[in-house]
Amino acid sequence: MVKTLLAQVKEYKRASVITPVFMVLEVLMEILIPTLMAALIDNGVNKGDVRYVCILGCIMAVMAGLSLLFGVLAGRYAAKASAGFARNLRKSMYENIQTFSFQNIDKYSTAGLVTRMTTDVTNLQNTYQMILRMCFRAPITMILAFVMVVRISPSLSMVYVVAIIFLALCLYFLIGRTHSLFRQMFKKYDALNASVQENVSAIRVVKAYVREQHEVDKFDRACGDVYDLSVAAERLLVLNAPLMQFTVYTCILLISWLGAHMIVGGTLTTGQLMSLFTYTMNILMSLMMVSMIFVMIAMSRASGDRVAEVLNERSNLTNGEQPVREVPDGSVAFDHVRFAYSEDGKPIFDDLSFSVPSGATVGILGGTGSAKSSLVQLIPRLYDVSAGAVRVGGLDVRKYDLETLRSQVAMVLQKNVLFSGTIRENLRWGDKNATDEQIERVCRLAQADEFIQTFPDKYDTYIEQGGTNVSGGQKQRLCIARALLCKPKILILDDSTSAVDTRTDALIRQALRTELPGTTKFIIAQRIASVMDADTIIVLNNGRIENMGPHEQLMRESEIYRDIYEQQMKGIEAGQADETEEAQKGGDAQ
Amino acid sequence: MMGNRRGPHGPRPKVENPGVILRRLFSVILGHYKFHCLFVLLLIVASTLANVIGNLFLKTLIDSYITPFLHEASPNFAPLLRALLLMACVYYLGAAATYGYSRIMISVTQGTMRSIREDLFRHMESLPIRYFDTHAHGDIMSVYTNDIDTLRQLISQSLPQLVSSAITVVSVFVSMIALNIPLTLIMLAMVALMIRVTRAVTGKSGSYFIEQQRNLGAVNGYIEEMMEGQKVVKVFCHEEASIERFNQLNDALYQSADNANRYANILGPINNNLGHISYVVTAIAGSVLAIFGVGGFTLGGLAAFLQFNRSFVQPISQISQQLNSVVMALAGADRVFRMMDAPSEEDEGYVELVNAERDANGDIREADHRTGMWAWKHFHKADGTTTYVEQRGDIVLDGVDFGYNPDKIVLHDIQLYARPGQKIAFVGATGAGKTTITNLLNRFYDIADGKIRYDGINITKIKKPDLRRSLGMVLQDTHLFTGTVADNIRYGRLDATDEEVRAAAELAGAAFFIEHLPQGYDTMLTGDGANLSQGQRQLLAIARAAVANPPVLILDEATSSIDTRTERIVQEGMDRLMKGRTVFVIAHRLSTVRNSDAIMVLDQGRIIERGTHDQLIAQRGRYYQLYTGKFELD
Repeated sequence: MVKTLLAQVKEYKRASVITPVFMVLEVLMEILIPTLMAALIDNGVNKGDVRYVCILGCIMAVMAGLSLLFGVLAGRYAAKASAGFARNLRKSMYENIQTFSFQNIDKYSTAGLVTRMTTDVTNLQNTYQMILRMCFRAPITMILAFVMVVRISPSLSMVYVVAIIFLALCLYFLIGRTHSLFRQMFKKYDALNASVQENVSAIRVVKAYVREQHEVDKFDRACGDVYDLSVAAERLLVLNAPLMQFTVYTCILLISWLGAHMIVGGTLTTGQLMSLFTYTMNILMSLMMVSMIFVMIAMSRASGDRVAEVLNERSNLTNGEQPVREVPDGSVAFDHVRFAYSEDGKPIFDDLSFSVPSGATVGILGGTGSAKSSLVQLIPRLYDVSAGAVRVGGLDVRKYDLETLRSQVAMVLQKNVLFSGTIRENLRWGDKNATDEQIERVCRLAQADEFIQTFPDKYDTYIEQGGTNVSGGQKQRLCIARALLCKPKILILDDSTSAVDTRTDALIRQALRTELPGTTKFIIAQRIASVMDADTIIVLNNGRIENMGPHEQLMRESEIYRDIYEQQMKGIEAGQADETEEAQKGGDAQ
Repeated sequence: MMGNRRGPHGPRPKVENPGVILRRLFSVILGHYKFHCLFVLLLIVASTLANVIGNLFLKTLIDSYITPFLHEASPNFAPLLRALLLMACVYYLGAAATYGYSRIMISVTQGTMRSIREDLFRHMESLPIRYFDTHAHGDIMSVYTNDIDTLRQLISQSLPQLVSSAITVVSVFVSMIALNIPLTLIMLAMVALMIRVTRAVTGKSGSYFIEQQRNLGAVNGYIEEMMEGQKVVKVFCHEEASIERFNQLNDALYQSADNANRYANILGPINNNLGHISYVVTAIAGSVLAIFGVGGFTLGGLAAFLQFNRSFVQPISQISQQLNSVVMALAGADRVFRMMDAPSEEDEGYVELVNAERDANGDIREADHRTGMWAWKHFHKADGTTTYVEQRGDIVLDGVDFGYNPDKIVLHDIQLYARPGQKIAFVGATGAGKTTITNLLNRFYDIADGKIRYDGINITKIKKPDLRRSLGMVLQDTHLFTGTVADNIRYGRLDATDEEVRAAAELAGAAFFIEHLPQGYDTMLTGDGANLSQGQRQLLAIARAAVANPPVLILDEATSSIDTRTERIVQEGMDRLMKGRTVFVIAHRLSTVRNSDAIMVLDQGRIIERGTHDQLIAQRGRYYQLYTGKFELD
C-alpha cells in the first residue's frame, strides 16, 4: 500500500526531499539558539558584560533570521509536496477509474469513489505533510538528547531504553486495534455519503411521499454508526498522550531516585542530573511528536488502503496483443455465447448464437428482464463473455483495440445521462471535432433540431446535471443525436425512444434507414411498431432466443410475437384511426 | 453546478464575519455539551498546573533534597522518597487529567459533528425542490464530509490547546509584571507585532482555505456527476475529455491547497523566531537596566525574566499555529452555515388530513385509529369553528398560471376539474407542461396566479405533508433507495405489513420478477437499484404508490419502460389500482390514455383541447392528428 501511494509523489519528489533538509537545518538552529541563550545568561548577564550580551544577541538574531528562512522554506516546500501528492493521487485515481470496465465500475459505489477521492486523499495529504515536517525533526532531537544521556551515564540510559521499548509496544498495540476500527468507520462513512447522495437525487420521491422524517431517522442512524466507531477508535488513540506523559514522568522519578543515590555515591554531579532532566524533557517533546505522527498514520492507514485499492484495481478488459485498429464492417455474430455478470453468478445467456450481416436493422423484443440490454452490451465489449465469442466484422471483439471498437459501435444506453453543460458540449461527446453543420445534421436525423430551435439559446442552451431541464423525450433524442455523431458502423438503441411518440419514433427510424444505410442498427423497443419493419427481429425470452426472423415469419412461427402484435395493434384497431396507421406502416415497408 | 460554472480563478473569497461564524459554532458546541466543556476546562487547568508544578519541582528537588545529601555522612533517603511519591501523585494526576479531557473532547468533537450533520440533513430535507435543481449534488455532499471534517481538528485539538496555552500565558504575564514593568512593555510590543503578523498570515491562509473548500466542493461535484454517468463516458470513449476537465478542477484545488498550507506552515517559524528576537532585545535592554541598576533591577531578576520570556513566547507561538485550524474550520463552517441558512420550503397551511368516521347522524368526526376514511380538518379562524370535509379526491384548477422564473410563464390559464374517481390524462408535446402541472398539485412549486382546490379547499391552506400524503406519485425518473425490495415498496406506507407489501407488488405486476430475485423480497438494492432493469424499477415504483393507497394518483410516464406484454399483465392490476381514485395520467402511449374520462391536450402551456377519446376523435383536432400520427407529438 505504501509503495503504491509513494509512487504517486512523482514530480514532487524534489520538494519532498528538500522539506526535511530545511527542517533539519531549522532544528539545528533551534538547538543552537537555546545553548547561546544559556551562554548569554551565564557569561553575559550574570557577569554584567553588556558588550558580550550585544555580540551574542546579534549572533542570535542572525541565527533567528536563518532559522526563520529555513522554517519558511521548509513550510513552503512541505505545502507544495503534500498538496502535489494529493493532486497526483486524485489524478491517478481518476485516470485509473476511466480505464475501468463496467464490471469494475459495478464494484464501487459513486459515493464510495467520491469519498476516496476527497476525504481519504485529504487525510493522506495531511499525514504526508506531517511526516515530511516531523519525521526528521523529532527523531533527530530525540537521538541527540539520547546520545547526551548516554554520555552522562550509560547505566541511567537503560531507564530510557526500557521506557522506549514499553512505548513502542503500546503504540503497536494501539495502532493495530484502531486500524480495524477506522476501516469499519470508513465503510459507515461511505454509507453516510451515499445516504446524502441518494436523498439529493431522489428528493422528489422523498417529498412526494412525505418521508422527510423517515430519511432523517435513517440518516441519524448512519451518523450514529460513524459516531460510535470514530469515538471507539479515537478513545484508543487518546491513550497515547497520557501514556507518553506517564512514561516520561516515571523516567524522571526513577532518575531522581537513582540519580540521588549515584550523586551520594559520587558517580554523578548535580549539574549532570539537571541536564538529564532537560534532556528528558527534550525526549518527551519529540516522543510526543512521534506519537502524533503515529496517530495520524493510524488514522490515515485505512484511507491509504482505500486509495491504493482504487489505484491497484486493474480493468479486467484489456487490449490483447497487437490490437486491431480497424473495424472492417458492421456485421455481428454471437457464437455459442455464455455470459454471467459475476463469475459465480447465474448465467444470463447459455449457448446463444446468431449472426446479422452488415447494414441490417435488427429489432429485439422481449419482456421486462429478458436480458435484452445484457445482449447488446456485449457488442461494444462493455462486458466480456464467459465462453464462446462475440464477433464484429468477422473478428472476435477481444482482438480489437477497445477505443477503436467503441468508437465504431455507438450505443444509446437505456439509462441515459446528459451532463451539465450546453447542448452543443453534450453532443460533441460523440465527436469532439464535429462542426456545427454536422451537429445540426444529426439533430435533424434524431428529430431533435426542431425543439432545440425553440429554445432561446438554441444549441447553447445549458443542460442541468442529469438533464433535469429537458423532458424525457427530448433527452432521449439528444442522446441519439450524440451517438449518431460518432458515425458508427454499428448503432445500438437500447429502448431509446420509449418517451418519444410513435410518429417521431417512425421518423427517426426512417431517417436512420435512408441516411445511414451502411450502419448495422440494433433497436430494442417495447413498441412492436418500432421493430416491425426491421430486417430481422430477435424475440428474447429469459436469455434464450425464442425465435428470430422478419415480421411475417414471426407472425407465423412465434406465439410470443403474435401475442405482442395482437395486443398492441388491438388498441389501435379499436380506434377509427388504425387504418391510417396501418396504411402508413404498409407504405413504409414497401 | 455552481462549481462547474465558475472558473477556477475568480476573485479571492473572504470569510465574512468570522466572529459571527465562530460564535455560532461555539453556541452549537455549548448547546449540547455545556457541562462537558466545563469539566474539560477544569481538567485542562489541572493538567496545566501539574505540568507547571512538575517543572518547579525539578528545581527544588536538587536544591532542597539532593544537595544536602552531599554534606551528610549517612544520608536519609526517606524525605526524598516521600517527595518523589508526592510528585508521582501530581504527575499521574496530571496524566490522568490529560486523558480525561482528551477523552471527553472526543465525545464533544464527534458529537458536535454528528449533531451538525443531523441538523444539516434535517434542514436539507426541508429545502424546496428548486434548491436541488440549482446545486451540484456532489457539492452538497461535500458539505457533509469535507467541510464538517474541518471541525474535527478545531474542536478536539486546537480548542484545548488554546485554553491551556492561554492559562500559561496569563500566569506568566502576571509573574512578569511583578518582576519588571518596562521589560514587560517591551515584551508586549513584541507580542503585538506577533499578533499583527499572525493576523496578516491567517488572513491570507484563511482566504485560500475558503477557496480550497470551494474547489474541493467543485471537484466533489464533478466526480459525483461523472461517476454517475461513467457508463456513458465509456460508451463514448470520452475518458480523455473527462480527465482533461477533471485535471483543470484538480489543479485549481492543488493551487489553493498549496497556497493555504504554505501560509499556514510559515506561521510557526515566524512566531518562533520573533520570540527569539524578543529574547535578544529583552536581554540587551535588561542588561542595560540591570547594570545601571534602574529601579533596583538585578541580574538575577533578568535571568528569571528571560526564563519567563521563553515560557511566554512558546505558548503564544503554539496559539498562533492552532489558528490555522481555526481558519480552516471557519472556511468549512461558513459553507455549512450557508446551507443551513438556505430558506426552507414555506408552509403556511393549517388544514390537516385526519382519520375520520361517521357518527350515528352520518356526520363526519375525527377518529383516533385507521378507519380507511379520511377527512380534511379545517379550522376557521373567523368564527373559531372546525369543520370536517371528507377527502374524496375532487380537484379543480382555476385559471392557473405558473413559471419557474417569474418573468417566464410556462403555464397559462389552466382550467380543469377532476371529479372523484375520474381518470384525467395529459397529452402533448414534451415541454408542453404536463409534468409541471402535476408538480403544482403537490406544491413542489407554487403557482403564480389562480387557484387549485382539493375537495373544495385551496391547497395553499393545506399543510404540505398532508397534501402530499394524499397524492400518490409515480414519477418520470424512478428512484430507489438502498435497502431491501420490501423496504422500497414499504416506502409508500411505513406501517404496511408483509402481506400488504406482497399484495401491492402483486397489483403492480412486480411480484413475478421479485420472486425470481436471489433473496426475493429481501434482496438488497444498492446504487439506486442498479441491479434491476429499467422496467423492473418502474414496477417497484408503482408498487410503492399502490401500498400508499392514496385517493389521488399521479402517474407520470409510469410504464414507459415496461414492455407491452408485461404492461398487459400489469394492466388488470393497474385498473384495480385506479378504481375509485382520481387519477392523473401522463403517457406517450395513447393506448394507455384512451379510456380516460377526460383527456387534456396541452400545447405550449395551454390546454388546447379537452374531452373524452371519442369526443376528441370526433372533433378532428390536434388529438385526432396525434392519434392518427398526422402530427408529431414531441
